[in-house]
Amino acid sequence: MVHWDATEKQTITSFWGKVDLAADGEHSLQRLLYVYPWCRRYFHKFGDLSTISAIRKNSHVRAHGHKVLSALGDCVPHLGDIKGHLAQLSKLHCETLHVDPANFCLLGKNITICMASHFGVTFTPEVQATFEKLVTTVAAALSSEYH
Amino acid sequence: MVLWDAAEKKVIASVWAKVDIEADGFQALLRTLHVYPWTKRYFSHFGAMSTLKDIESNPKVRAHGRKVMAAVGDAISHMDNIKGHLSQLSQLHSDKLHVDPANFELLGNNIVIVLAAKFGADAFTPEVQATFQKLVAVISSALTREYH
Repeated sequence: MVHWDATEKQTITSFWGKVDLAADGEHSLQRLLYVYPWCRRYFHKFGDLSTISAIRKNSHVRAHGHKVLSALGDCVPHLGDIKGHLAQLSKLHCETLHVDPANFCLLGKNITICMASHFGVTFTPEVQATFEKLVTTVAAALSSEYH
Repeated sequence: MVLWDAAEKKVIASVWAKVDIEADGFQALLRTLHVYPWTKRYFSHFGAMSTLKDIESNPKVRAHGRKVMAAVGDAISHMDNIKGHLSQLSQLHSDKLHVDPANFELLGNNIVIVLAAKFGADAFTPEVQATFQKLVAVISSALTREYH
């Protein structure tokens, strides 16, 4: 079980209050699809993702980015048991979506970079450490039902 | 041999012209030491680094951050042969400093994060991010090349 101290909980709650789920979700997913092009394999049904222009204009990317970041936000009220909270989603990614779990870390990395680019100086080393702990915990939880 | 197209070289040159070797190098190193605390093992001769405040006020961290960022800048001046340019430094990290090469990637990630925070979303676009991630990956790989 992952432990969060009072400072970490407070940091996450106050930081998450300023996240724009639609814009930040979209930008995180755009970065993932552009910088790690093999991820596009999972999204053939989104249509054209062949160039950064196409990725930026793609409304499915916007919608899915929002969905993914909302799911991350849903973990915040369940910090005490992220693994339990994400068990079903983990099974879905393993059994139905067939996603290589290494990609969860890549998405986490891009969410972190997106947050740094939006928050600038307020993305302090303490915020970064706490945020990286959150995305790593979520990535591990999403991998936990893989078999 | 790593190939860089004209667009990538232009992105790197234009971003690097605005980098503050000292301030940005310091930030990248301090984030590495704070977010990945095992990396402090390599710098036990730096003195106090047990809290973020200690790391931030440690002049050796500042000096070393500057040194590392300056070395990245030198690699950029030798973009067409980063592997050759960094071979001595790679031998040093393997034979004398005994650094686990996985840590080069961690520092590279933090350089990207510092640049993202500094330039903001409008300037640090996915294209700029991709180019810089390629650069830090090439540097990381070059620094690992002479390990045995």
